[in-house]
Amino acid sequence: MYRYDEFDERLVRERIAQFREMVRRRIDGSLTEEEFTLLRQMNGLYLQLHAYMLRVAIPYGTLSGRQMRQLALIADRYDRGYGHFTTRQNIQYNWPRLRDVPDMLELLADVEMQCIQTSGNCIRNVTADHFAGVAADEIEDPRPTAELIRQWSTLHPEFSFLPRKFKIAVTGSAVDRAAVAVHDIGLRIVADAKGRIGYRVTVGGGLGRTPMIGKPVREFLPREELLPYLEAILRVYNLEGRRDNKYKARVKILVHELGTEAFVARVEEEYARIDRGAVEVDAAEVARIAAYFAPPAFEALPARSEAFEKAARDPDFARFARTNLFPHKAPGYTALTVSLKPIGAPPGDATSDQMRVLADLAERFSADELRVTHVQNIVLPHVRLDDVPEVWAALVEAGLATANSGLVTDIISCPGMDYCKLATARSIPIAQEISRRFADPERERAIGPLGIKISGCINACGHHHVGAIGILGLDKAGVENYQITLGGEPGDLASLGERLGPGIDADEVPAAIERIVDVYLALRTDEAETFIDTVRRVGLDPFKPALQPQEPVRAAA
Amino acid sequence: MPLLDREGLQADPFDRADPSAEGVIVPFDGLEEALESGSNRPVGVDLPNHVHPSRLASHLDRLALVAIDFPKFSDGRGFSLARMLREQGYRGRLRATGRILPDQFAFALHSGFDEVEISDEQAARLPVGQWQLAPHQFSDNYVDTRDGRVSVFKRRRAAREAA
Repeated sequence: MYRYDEFDERLVRERIAQFREMVRRRIDGSLTEEEFTLLRQMNGLYLQLHAYMLRVAIPYGTLSGRQMRQLALIADRYDRGYGHFTTRQNIQYNWPRLRDVPDMLELLADVEMQCIQTSGNCIRNVTADHFAGVAADEIEDPRPTAELIRQWSTLHPEFSFLPRKFKIAVTGSAVDRAAVAVHDIGLRIVADAKGRIGYRVTVGGGLGRTPMIGKPVREFLPREELLPYLEAILRVYNLEGRRDNKYKARVKILVHELGTEAFVARVEEEYARIDRGAVEVDAAEVARIAAYFAPPAFEALPARSEAFEKAARDPDFARFARTNLFPHKAPGYTALTVSLKPIGAPPGDATSDQMRVLADLAERFSADELRVTHVQNIVLPHVRLDDVPEVWAALVEAGLATANSGLVTDIISCPGMDYCKLATARSIPIAQEISRRFADPERERAIGPLGIKISGCINACGHHHVGAIGILGLDKAGVENYQITLGGEPGDLASLGERLGPGIDADEVPAAIERIVDVYLALRTDEAETFIDTVRRVGLDPFKPALQPQEPVRAAA
Repeated sequence: MPLLDREGLQADPFDRADPSAEGVIVPFDGLEEALESGSNRPVGVDLPNHVHPSRLASHLDRLALVAIDFPKFSDGRGFSLARMLREQGYRGRLRATGRILPDQFAFALHSGFDEVEISDEQAARLPVGQWQLAPHQFSDNYVDTRDGRVSVFKRRRAAREAA
């Protein structure tokens, strides 16, 4: 894991001093409310429906046991004993008081954490594959690249007041688990014919009210050119991105309106002018950062574990092992997903006690490392198969052993109207009710991989456009109304869901989802054909009747 | 209107209307005419932030000042424009005007601006001390800056080489 040096440390402390001063200047009237709003947002502080919300950056979702324990302490001292993990691999506290925020920032800085640029019209927390350093198909760990971008973009003098927020994601694997195609910039680490490492760059992906898949602008950008090239993209966007309408201000609209070819031409023109030497980072510094992400010293272990196989005689353990383990490149190890989606609970929440359990498990069994996933779960990335039974037992004890990773109850949901000022409908209660409907683990297993994603407004924080089943909550003449989309996918075959029909009422949603799943079970060729594959094969028509209230049609299984 | 640089309040030798001022600032669409007028007064120009700086390219060595407008504090185009003008070789005075805040002053200096010209209302609300403090709030920058800061990346390298 990356460790701050004196420069990183000083900057974070100075940022807190600046923030304290900023709050003082709001109180004495130096800053108007409008000015303070944007400035505090650049420090992760929002004003929500009921209270302030503080969003803490977890760069590329990686944290240590000590950091997780500090998050638990902050949850106890300044929140209501829990935190909410988000789709940008961050954590949010929903109940801090403004006067406590500088002290919260100090506690975060004590463990090398901060809230810089977790909001505002600037370059946001850079996300990466949560199985970085684990996956066997990885060309290179994406986190050194993400860390380099984090440092470069932190308080960047030129790019802190962009037309709108700007999100970058990096993947280093053949299989994209970081949803790079739906980011303002998506970076995929690739090797050319000579084995040189570089990046495939896409620009203009995004969700929100106008969902778009990113367009390729460079098939191979040599590694050393990354930062100068990013500056060229950001500069074109800063100058030409629309500022007349916040809903048309993201770079995807600029790329769309100019056309990809014209956009690329402008970027290349700017790139030719840029003083690359001033921006490029030398190989030794890149290597210094990369060294922090060197894999832990794995023991030489057999690929199979007796302890593991013995434990698998327990059907509950076996179910967990089947759904929540991801193959590790090191024999005898696994990456273990801890679901924050227990049946009927708000997705992504963890109590302070649960955070401490996770911190302990990371320290004892996972090389002191944890990952936050954009699916709002936690990963213990380096667990010996021999240790999985003990880890599982501890998770069961803590209420963290839900065996549903990637299944129908592993729902992504934004906070919705229960917390958020922008929301037009509730999303958490919808997620909870769907989760209860599919509580039977055998039924869930039979359904197989299926991503449900719920957003409580058109801004799409719940990523509904890329849900195999997407649910969008809107306000229709004062009544919550939900649109269902099918066929979205965030990864390699990135696609946006299509609307199944007119919106339906909140209380009809869970039954409609159940009927949609039943149609799938009836139509799939066999168990190997996943939900999304069936939708792609048969289209939307067979699913349309499912929106109408009726008795569920059970699949002849 | 009040003029500030990193040292604090300064007298402004330029004016947009007063013919007795040392230098004149003209609107962008009056620039050609001012430069061709044959007067010896230093000429500055108000550059709206939607004009690409390449449109000043042929005049750079004859310009004594470029003033870039910040119509709203949240509109950061001026930071890119300043850097681009400096990259194109402009060495004269570079001034930020409009709704800029002390919280952005360091960014402005880092991007190549020398000074900010603010309204009396802003000056009353945002005392000089806040502007003077702003450039000192951070000791380091991760990127090279136009006002001479060397990036953290390069300073780490220098520290390694010195060790």
